[in-house]
Amino acid sequence: METLIIFTILLYILSTISYFAYLFIQKDNLYRIGFYILTAGFVTHSILIGTAFMNTGSIPVHNLHQTLSMVGWVLTGSFIVFHLRFNLRILGIYTAPMASCIMIVSSRLPIEPAQINNTFKSFWVIFHVIIIFLGEAAFALACGVGILYLFQENAIKTKKRGFFFKRLPSLDMLDNTGYACIVTGFTLVTMGLITGFLYANAIWGRFWSWDPKEIWSGISWLFYAALLHARLASGWRGKKSAIMSIIGFFVLLFTFLGVNLLFKGHHGEFTQW
Amino acid sequence: MVNQAVCSKMPQQKHEILRAVNIQQMILQKKSESMKSDTETFKFKFNNRLQDIVLLGLNHKTADVELRECIGFSKDEADAALQRFQESPLISEIILLSTCNRVEILIAAPDSSQAVETAKKYISESKNIPVSEFEDALYVYTGDDAVRHIFKVASSLDSMVVGEPQILGQLKDAYQTATAKKTSGVILNRLLHKTFFVAKRVRTETGIGDHAVSISYAAIELGRKIFGTLEGKKVLLIGAGEMAELAVEHLIRHRSGKIFVANRTFERGLELASQFQGTAIRFEEITDSLCEVDIIISSTGAQDFVIKREQVKKIMRLRKNRPLFFIDIAVPRDIDPEINQLSNIYVYDIDDLKDVIDENIEDRNREAVKAERIIEEAVIRFRQWYESLNVVPTIKALRQKIWGIAEAEMKKTMNQSLNHLAPDDSQAVWRMVNAMVNKVLHDPTIFLKNDGCHGSKSVYLDAARKLFKLDEE
Repeated sequence: METLIIFTILLYILSTISYFAYLFIQKDNLYRIGFYILTAGFVTHSILIGTAFMNTGSIPVHNLHQTLSMVGWVLTGSFIVFHLRFNLRILGIYTAPMASCIMIVSSRLPIEPAQINNTFKSFWVIFHVIIIFLGEAAFALACGVGILYLFQENAIKTKKRGFFFKRLPSLDMLDNTGYACIVTGFTLVTMGLITGFLYANAIWGRFWSWDPKEIWSGISWLFYAALLHARLASGWRGKKSAIMSIIGFFVLLFTFLGVNLLFKGHHGEFTQW
Repeated sequence: MVNQAVCSKMPQQKHEILRAVNIQQMILQKKSESMKSDTETFKFKFNNRLQDIVLLGLNHKTADVELRECIGFSKDEADAALQRFQESPLISEIILLSTCNRVEILIAAPDSSQAVETAKKYISESKNIPVSEFEDALYVYTGDDAVRHIFKVASSLDSMVVGEPQILGQLKDAYQTATAKKTSGVILNRLLHKTFFVAKRVRTETGIGDHAVSISYAAIELGRKIFGTLEGKKVLLIGAGEMAELAVEHLIRHRSGKIFVANRTFERGLELASQFQGTAIRFEEITDSLCEVDIIISSTGAQDFVIKREQVKKIMRLRKNRPLFFIDIAVPRDIDPEINQLSNIYVYDIDDLKDVIDENIEDRNREAVKAERIIEEAVIRFRQWYESLNVVPTIKALRQKIWGIAEAEMKKTMNQSLNHLAPDDSQAVWRMVNAMVNKVLHDPTIFLKNDGCHGSKSVYLDAARKLFKLDEE
């Protein structure tokens, strides 16, 4: 198992190197190599996640080690799908290092034997967790695209074109891809929250219990809802949208990690270590 | 017992093998000595002089436009010139390139100085200009320098705008004319094929043609970075100016959408609009049209800003913040530079565009260094091929190739099927192979060395090299 973790990390790191080489040298083969290595990493990572799932019969998010590994897996998978859909190859310089870092941190955390609770084995929990993670991965990609947008916009606006100008795609493509990421993320997170509420009602007899995680999830959801509304109603696009995607991702990061570590609550066990 | 018998045989076998090897070495040494003496004999016996490659011409750097206009050849004139040069015994092969920036004549001839004089004389006679009037503007390159120059020309390193792609097409046309008229032969065919290959390599392996180096192309490059594609993007042209019209033409070529034209004089606006199959609008309608268009090219003679910040700010909400790209080519400027501060709006004036161009030129020049390296490598490779067209290296290479094959096959057979042969027998077989190789090579060698080659010897040498695949490439 540990060998597989190391192998996955190694592949993610190699992919990162390839993508950075592509950023500097701009040879198409380099990004292709980066993408194939990342996909290979995703396959080994899937074996890792699948084995953990088979061993416990529940989704492997019983401690911070597993949760982070799951985050890395979903992020990589989402990037592969987005890459195939939008061909935004340069986004690999954001995803590959991020997946590498997440997996390195995950591997350094203690691997506690999972305490299997029957509540984890429900289909609705599996659905809730996977769909929320997928949504958050899409928001993470939106943040990455937003960062790239700011670089490109700054180059054009200030007329000091520099390193990134020729390496990054058009503002239009970045803006549209970012928007697609947010729409996808928002749809998935909404579905995830609904399944969460339903399951909470089935287990605890109430949809909402003012748990810090619930409150911050609601704040994150409202944030992205406002962002989408502003875009559709008054054309909040371009730089503003990019900045909001980045801020939104930090709100989400706090909801995911900060709330669990600082306020505890009934999602705390996902991030125990 | 068996082991003993094997062991007792071992020294005898070893001895036989060593003898066989010694014999083989002796034969090889003899063969090598014979080849060496052959080579020396050829050197003295045949003074087969290669055709000289020579290039003479003038370009934008050496001649002003009037002279270039006078010397330039039209298609018919070029055909007539090729015909005339073909008849000259002093010129073996010729290609003539004539563009607005250069006139160049590439020649393969037995004597380069005589060929140059012939070409000069022809130019002078056909263009009715004394040689003294254009002689100073002429450059003459021979050998490696001529090869290097033609590689540079095709790779667009010698162009007015480094990296411009047209010259390669013009050179291909010139070559096509020469092949149609049968004025190019083994040497220039090979040189031109190599030239096209080098130009392609330079284009793909360096970024020499990557960046725009004219105002309108710079504007298009920026437009693409903003909108992704220019297809369907609506354009507003304010005022009339040559550069602005050129930019609109480029945009149309990139499939931009509807064109609106606003001019102080509506009549002139109408005229321009019909030229671009667009719509003329009045000057007062500019603000309203900003809701609709994506790219604005302005070049009026107005002293004050034609479009101000407040005008644009108001319409951005109506546009739902869709990006706007202003290209201000006017001096003094038409577009308030403060507009660039607004979100999703990008304003580039003439100086900004010039900066873009300067930066791109710098990039191209950096890439030109890489291109020079590719060219230098190609010059060396061409020279190697060219020198190989001499009789001595070709015969030498031919002998090496045939003997190499015979030797390898002999060794294989000797080690596998004929390892039981006594040393004397082995020696006899080696002698037979040596004799066979010499006899096989005798007639082709005599043919290439002597007068078997009628006409251009290089044709037969080239054929021999191709037939026996003597060149590595």
